[in-house]
Amino acid sequence: MNKILLIIRREFITRVRKPSFLIMTILGPLLIAGTMVGLVYLGMQESDEHLVLVVDKPHVVTGKLRDTDKVRFFYAYDELGDSAFKASPYTLMVDVNEAILETNTIQLFYKDLPSMNVQRTVQSELERTLEREKLRVNQVDPDTYARIKTALNVQLFDIDKAGEESYEQVLAAVGFGFGYIMFFFVFLYAVQVMRGVLEEKSNRIVEVLISSVKPFQLMMGKIIGIALVGLAQFTIWIALTATLMTAGTALLMKDRLDPREVLAEQQMTGELQAELMKEAGAQAPDRNKVMEVVSRLNIPFVLGMFVFYFLAGYLLYSSLFAAVGSAVDSETDTQQFMFPVTLPMIVAIFIAQMAITNPGSPLVFWGSIIPFTSPVVMMVRVAMGSVLETPWQLILSMVLLVGTFLFTTWLAGRIYRTGILMYGKKVSWREMGRWMFYKG
Amino acid sequence: MLTCEHIVKRYGAHTALDDVSLTVPAGGIFGLLGPNGAGKTSLIRIITRITAPDSGQVLLEGRPMTQADVAHIGYLPEERGLYKKMKVGEQALYLAQLKGLHKAEARKRLKEWFERWEMTAWWNKKVEELSKGMAQKVQFVSTVLHAPKLLILDEPFSGFDPINAELVRQEILRLRSEGTTVMLSTHNMGSVEELCDHIALIDRSRKVLDGRVRDIRRQFATRTYRIEHTGNKVAFANALSFTGELLEHTEGEEYSTARVRLLHDSTVNHVLRQLLPAVEVHGVQEEIPRMHDVFIRAVHAHGAVPADMTE
Repeated sequence: MNKILLIIRREFITRVRKPSFLIMTILGPLLIAGTMVGLVYLGMQESDEHLVLVVDKPHVVTGKLRDTDKVRFFYAYDELGDSAFKASPYTLMVDVNEAILETNTIQLFYKDLPSMNVQRTVQSELERTLEREKLRVNQVDPDTYARIKTALNVQLFDIDKAGEESYEQVLAAVGFGFGYIMFFFVFLYAVQVMRGVLEEKSNRIVEVLISSVKPFQLMMGKIIGIALVGLAQFTIWIALTATLMTAGTALLMKDRLDPREVLAEQQMTGELQAELMKEAGAQAPDRNKVMEVVSRLNIPFVLGMFVFYFLAGYLLYSSLFAAVGSAVDSETDTQQFMFPVTLPMIVAIFIAQMAITNPGSPLVFWGSIIPFTSPVVMMVRVAMGSVLETPWQLILSMVLLVGTFLFTTWLAGRIYRTGILMYGKKVSWREMGRWMFYKG
Repeated sequence: MLTCEHIVKRYGAHTALDDVSLTVPAGGIFGLLGPNGAGKTSLIRIITRITAPDSGQVLLEGRPMTQADVAHIGYLPEERGLYKKMKVGEQALYLAQLKGLHKAEARKRLKEWFERWEMTAWWNKKVEELSKGMAQKVQFVSTVLHAPKLLILDEPFSGFDPINAELVRQEILRLRSEGTTVMLSTHNMGSVEELCDHIALIDRSRKVLDGRVRDIRRQFATRTYRIEHTGNKVAFANALSFTGELLEHTEGEEYSTARVRLLHDSTVNHVLRQLLPAVEVHGVQEEIPRMHDVFIRAVHAHGAVPADMTE
């Protein structure tokens, strides 16, 4: 068998056989799916009933706030002292001051922070009531006001895609998600490469190994072996997560048939849902939107690009990490070299975040072309699909990335073959630079 | 077997090897000696193709060495190491396969070795469960398993107890008798005298001495003889007159022993001719210097060369 294949095999098998791999592989999707299903579940649940004491000093809202099944309003005209409030059964206390119609400000006191939904209910009820009061004071007919009031609904259309509402922003967010996962995995596995190199160096087996194979073979074998571990873990994760989430949501959907829950949810999303219902007809609107986004996503293209940018980005960074691992004696010494190597990735995350709101900016363009940031930033543009309109940019980015990882692996190889044999020496950047010119 | 021609290796401003040439004859045991930091490891790494020389070349059986030749070399580095978490058998198989052995063949040979050295029970143990000496044995087996033509051992006896050190010594001798060329780097001058046929001494990046052990020891002989006699010291010293210098005189129960260094161009026969009328001579033996002394004297002599003082 070819020697590099032997090395790849060993790196792969020893890692896959570790209990931690099995645990991570099974626990990972459980955690992801569990968190997601859990979040959905928690979102559907509403906390206990809130008893809200409204201290209505100007006597403007008393009796006019509508109770919901989670929020009930009670009224008083004088403030309760702190200790009296604490001792009372009320969970929230709203202080409506005398000048409320001018200041538009109320104070809400709580024992336990209420959920956003409860806050929104309290706020919207007060807003509605105060609005009515202002209409009465200013002698405006409520019907007239309803005709005048304008809630602007902005729909985005890309001129090149006639008739389709644009989901660019949502797609960009999805792309950022991919970019973030990319960042996480490239980092996770690149650090494993560094640890592996360090392990071989510190237990001194490296000298035996490189009397049989070339240092570059050893380094590449390790990098490729770990990449395969990553891909294997990915595949299992995607399969398991998909299965678990399908099963999980199916289970939750069954729960939702319970009429009480359905009612609670309608109440919860209240106005927003009503708005959407109007637009999308009688079907479940949020689900529809998700499907819409998914259908806009060119999934084979996105996944294909994800695998490409993951592999290329990983090769680029792991070779740098391998060089770092070879240059030091222990993991604590890696810090000074880790930071500059990690920095471009962190910058990439920032640029990608910016790309969600402003995908057309020059910063995003350059970020998606420059190889050190392109794996993360380009994912945003890939998910949006906009990059397909300028294929040359995508091709340029890919070519540059491949070229750069070829260069960094070559460079890392030169540092590596000297570094692995250097012990007990604090290495500086200059020293590392010199190693590149040693004959090896 | 192996020839190094004008090897130069520099690391930045530091010259690790400065024009080193040496020849390792086939089938013997060759000692590579030198103080710490002299450049032995650098030379070994060049021979094992771990690094390349800046200039000069290594010839194996008359041809310039290629990467394929590493399959014929077995190398035991001074700093031993194995994967701690990996099982012994699996690891030995892996290392053997990296040397180009097929898995089945490697397994067969390993079985033989493990049985011979009574290590069979270790096969499924992790290296971290073994003692240091046990791990060293595993490593030695891994080094010689592919039956290399050239075996390079850096301090092979360190870390072994006397029983296992003897086991390794016997193994080295057995491999030599089977035609393996062994290159031994060690500070243990006792084992050099005992095992090595040829040596080369490297000091401060330069080769300062090489040749057959017997010749070198003779070359460093100081023309000193140990003469056992019955007679008193004064009579002995007087009888020597100008043929030799009495270095030391000890009186034992039976005989007195005198250490005499020959003076000028006199021979041991001249000395004896002077002594015989005066004292009764019981034995005469030339003092051949130990390798230990050769080593120290050669390194000191090299250090005295002014050109090297500037380093």
